[in-house]
Amino acid sequence: MLKLFQTLNKVAFIKATIAALAVVILVFIGSRNLQNFDAALITYLFGTVFAVFGIAYRYSVWLQRPPTRLYWRRSMQFLFSKDFLTYATRSIYLLFRNILFQRFIAYRSKTRWWGHFLLASGCLISFAITIPLTFGWIHFTLEPGTYDIYNANFFGFKVASFELGGPISILAFKALFFTSIPVIIGAIIMMKRRVKDGGLIATQSLDGDWLPLVLLIAISVTGLGIGYDYTFLEGRTHQFMAVTHAITVILFLIWMPFGKFFHIFQRLAQLGANLYKIEGSKRGMAVCPHTKAEFASQTHINDLKTVTKELGFDFTLADGTNHLDLSPEGKRSVLAKAHFEARKASGKFFG
Amino acid sequence: MTVTKYDQQMGFFIDMQRCIGCHACEMACAECETNGQESMIHIHYVERAVSTQTTVQVCMHCEDPACANVCPADAISKDEFGVVHTAETSRCIGCSNCVLACPFGVPQKQEKAELMMKCNMCYDRTSAGKKPMCATVCPSGALFFGTREEIELKRPDSVPVDTFIFGNQEVKTKVKIMMPKGSNYLKVH
Ligand code: HEM
Ligand code: SF4
Ligand code: SF4
Repeated sequence: MLKLFQTLNKVAFIKATIAALAVVILVFIGSRNLQNFDAALITYLFGTVFAVFGIAYRYSVWLQRPPTRLYWRRSMQFLFSKDFLTYATRSIYLLFRNILFQRFIAYRSKTRWWGHFLLASGCLISFAITIPLTFGWIHFTLEPGTYDIYNANFFGFKVASFELGGPISILAFKALFFTSIPVIIGAIIMMKRRVKDGGLIATQSLDGDWLPLVLLIAISVTGLGIGYDYTFLEGRTHQFMAVTHAITVILFLIWMPFGKFFHIFQRLAQLGANLYKIEGSKRGMAVCPHTKAEFASQTHINDLKTVTKELGFDFTLADGTNHLDLSPEGKRSVLAKAHFEARKASGKFFG
Repeated sequence: MTVTKYDQQMGFFIDMQRCIGCHACEMACAECETNGQESMIHIHYVERAVSTQTTVQVCMHCEDPACANVCPADAISKDEFGVVHTAETSRCIGCSNCVLACPFGVPQKQEKAELMMKCNMCYDRTSAGKKPMCATVCPSGALFFGTREEIELKRPDSVPVDTFIFGNQEVKTKVKIMMPKGSNYLKVH
């Protein structure tokens, strides 16, 4: 992380500044010049603007790496091609399947999927509620002349009205209670794996793997504390509950660009990888000169030759062909054959 | 967190010419907890139509790993012991760049899980000072894990080599291959 800032990346800095400014402008527009902005949420707003800056910065640095840049360029090229409709539909389907429902995790294990799905859904729904509230985009007003009809306003325009105490008001005002429960359950399922699975025990780290889970639970529990306080304690501990919750959330926000949570943004690249595979196989497959079988798209092999060159590798062979033309099995076989030949040349097969 | 006791005196020495294709290592590999009971070692005939030669391949843990370089998701990392770890599960987007760029043909893509997995030298064992599963069961000595002195005593006519030539590219690895005495590298092609 320090390395990231020691060598300030100008392009990334400019993009991140634009992103952060855009958020501030949207806050002004959405809250009608701060008229509808809830001053109690100011610390959350600062946290969010910092997070946007950090995420945009890291995303931009990340996109400058040769393999990432290539994937990004190709994804855009394939999406906005003559097959736009096919690929756009496909992307939307995959957005639901792989990003919102993370179904691919179920093939790693069922409990792993449940744990992650609960935790991720709880988080994503909470974001969907809290971000517009923090930005002052949504605010609630009492319908003039009544005392139990509430209006929900978006960007200052009335979008819904509901009766206080009715089902919609319970959903609207207690939503964060409902989303904190799956986060806690999901995080506990993921923690349980981390204490029981020998492989995870050997490779996990405190800051990389445990802290994110602990932080999610801390956010949820302190959030529940605020509700507990005003439901049962008549607000006597409000200060304490509000401050502890704000601290955990702001820690989460400022850590988002650096730690494990950055994967939420990085994972969108998975959609690009999916499109790349579909379009690649349409354009034609590469055949391994050793196994004589198809093993990957020719586009992929050609792109990798370019990317490895950019990264300082050169697998070009004397006859102009490339080591990367071989399939993984082909590569292992030519190595074994070369080893055999070297042994044979020495006059002894073993030794 | 567990205490890591990686023994840097111990090394991995492979000699695929000795592989008899018995698949014992494959079974043992599936016992490794870091890859979730999935076997990661590669073992197959080299050219089934013309010879009975088999080969075995583990991750060579390259000094400058091509797999990590080409990963668009920064999912592969090398630690302070020189072990190149399998993909970080929350990052890997299953693009197969590493599968196709590794000069040794090591990483495997789990298609449905959209995840790459590969040998990490039984990190659960080696980080606790034990030998990797495959090396403990190999009956022919194709896979050996121990000190340099031990292997030199066992194979007086061979020398461990850590340099591979693939065309214009030279690759240096942590895992060593046993070559005839006097060799400094293996030229693959
Ligand atoms: C939006 C779509 C998301 C996708 C596609 C996604 C994907 C993933 C994947 C593939 C893993 C690795 C799971 C495994 O196999 O072990 C993971 C882990 C994790 N994700 Fe997500 N994630 C998403 C959203 C979120 C959100 C919103 C959060 C919470 C802020 C989150 C928090 C975590 C945590 C804490 C882990 C680590 C679990 C562990 O290994 O202990 N993810 N995610
Ligand atoms: S052998 Fe292949 S998978 Fe292993 S470190 Fe080298 S490039 Fe990566
Ligand atoms: S398959 Fe996963 S680990 Fe391999 S290059 Fe792609 S993202 Fe990286």
